[in-house]
Amino acid sequence: MNSDPKMADNGIEVEGLIRDFKGGVRAVDGIDLRVAPGEIYGFLGPNGAGKSTTVLVLTTLLPPTAGTARVAGFDVVRHGPEVRRAIGASLQESALDPFLTGREHMRLQSALHGLGKAESETRGDELLARVGLTEAADRKVGGYSGGMKRRLDLGLALVHRPALLFLDEPTTGLDIQSRTALWEEVRRLADDGVTVFLTTQYLEEADVLADRLGIIDRGKIVAEGTPAELKATIGRPSVEAIPQNPGERERLAAVLARFGEEAAASSNGVAARLPEGVGDLAEIVRALDGEGIAIADLRVHAPTLDDVFLAKTGRSLEGASEVPEDSDEQPGAESPAP
Amino acid sequence: MNAHVTQIRALARRSMLKTLRQPFQMFPIIFFPLILLAVNASGLRAATRLPGFPTHSYVSFAIAVAFIQGAMFSLINTGTNLAEDIESGFFNRLALTPLRRVSLIAGLLVGVAALGALQSGVYIILGLIAGAHLHAGLGGVFVIIVLGALTTLGFGAMGCVAALRTGSGEAVQGLFPLFFVFIFLSSSNLPRNLLRTGWFHTVATWNPISYLIEAFRSLYIFGWDGAALERGFAVAIGVTLIALLAVVGALRTRLQRT
Repeated sequence: MNSDPKMADNGIEVEGLIRDFKGGVRAVDGIDLRVAPGEIYGFLGPNGAGKSTTVLVLTTLLPPTAGTARVAGFDVVRHGPEVRRAIGASLQESALDPFLTGREHMRLQSALHGLGKAESETRGDELLARVGLTEAADRKVGGYSGGMKRRLDLGLALVHRPALLFLDEPTTGLDIQSRTALWEEVRRLADDGVTVFLTTQYLEEADVLADRLGIIDRGKIVAEGTPAELKATIGRPSVEAIPQNPGERERLAAVLARFGEEAAASSNGVAARLPEGVGDLAEIVRALDGEGIAIADLRVHAPTLDDVFLAKTGRSLEGASEVPEDSDEQPGAESPAP
Repeated sequence: MNAHVTQIRALARRSMLKTLRQPFQMFPIIFFPLILLAVNASGLRAATRLPGFPTHSYVSFAIAVAFIQGAMFSLINTGTNLAEDIESGFFNRLALTPLRRVSLIAGLLVGVAALGALQSGVYIILGLIAGAHLHAGLGGVFVIIVLGALTTLGFGAMGCVAALRTGSGEAVQGLFPLFFVFIFLSSSNLPRNLLRTGWFHTVATWNPISYLIEAFRSLYIFGWDGAALERGFAVAIGVTLIALLAVVGALRTRLQRT
């Protein structure tokens, strides 16, 4: 691979990355991607798509089967220790010891990264304050909420001032408030010049947070670009109608089908993509009225990332998981042993 | 201070804290061997009247078993704790630091050995309170603590192997009866020369646990028995070395870090 010198500081360059597991399962299937220094790169996909396996390879925890990857200018296979020194990572689940306090976690992490005692204390206090855990610093982590654990996890990943940060589904299972707080922190880090590689299965998270996105499905990147660029490729809005009488859902679908192909909708609604844009809206209302279908709600949706996913894969991202939520992506993805 | 020493010390401290802060792990280590000692000492006291029984105090005879039982509990605790780390992803967190592969396990095992020394000290004190007589005196205390730490280190390393191979705390706990049966098939309750059942005598003679127990026991009953201590230390060192080699192999498989 011809490495771009600009990427050497804190970028990521991946070419033809493949990772197979026993039994012939190909979790990552020839991925190419580039993440520029200081960028927040979102890696969006359903469970089982290959996101976490990619992160494990890029963080040196799993060797690739084929292909090359350079992180912060270092080859992940040949220069594992250098990569580990350059990166911070918060992997799936908060990997914390419930019997240690937040402060003890900071001390341990600092010692393992070779920080001296005084620096370790100062840095620990600074990071605990940054992630809003100063008051809870001397409490055992077993008593922390999910959001507090995630924030501590993030703080621990920053102990050695990494130039590049990997966040693997950092907000999964968090309430809106904790999620928003974490997003703000990630934004602040990016403002400080830290490159962030973020995997997520949440459309909103990818939309709000990522400067650029890669959409991954079944081990392959199916689309890449800024959220705006990706949505622009779809270009067409959709209209969603919710019937007053749920029994009229099929009739409603038949009417909307005259105006465009079916689009993702809420559980009690029906939606259609509008190839001619919102200009058809008046016509739709008249058609529904003509059929005598009473409507409880009618909404126009701008294109979403889910629409992008649907267009690229033929499936909706919501509910596209290939494995149960509580299992990991592929055999060995959580635990690197074969 | 050397960075690696600092890292190992930090991991050892964390390993000790993790065990000390879990009452359900500490309780069996401290009390189970002593409860068994009390039961055996009251039920088998008459054995001291057998011709050739080496002491009149069954407590002095049986206290040696407590050190081995404690080490076996450490095997389970160490293995369970490491398996939990693997399951929770904490092991990956450690692997993501510049820590050397060997330091990762060394830190854990130094903590286990330190706990082994600590629990040996507790058994010595509680044994003396219960009426055991330590014939080897203060020097014997030192040797018991060293042998206790070494035995616990060896058994703890076996727990690490089980955890690294299976990655499951439940699987590690399932090994407990398998290891515990070795204690009963040893000279734990009677000296080997008084075991009259042929097969049992043979099994106890081949069982390395017998030599560990006899080394601890010799310090209580005889004072300084060079041959018993030699055999005991040889078994402890042998078990530890074999277990450490197995840990290195298992770690290589578990941790595919580049």
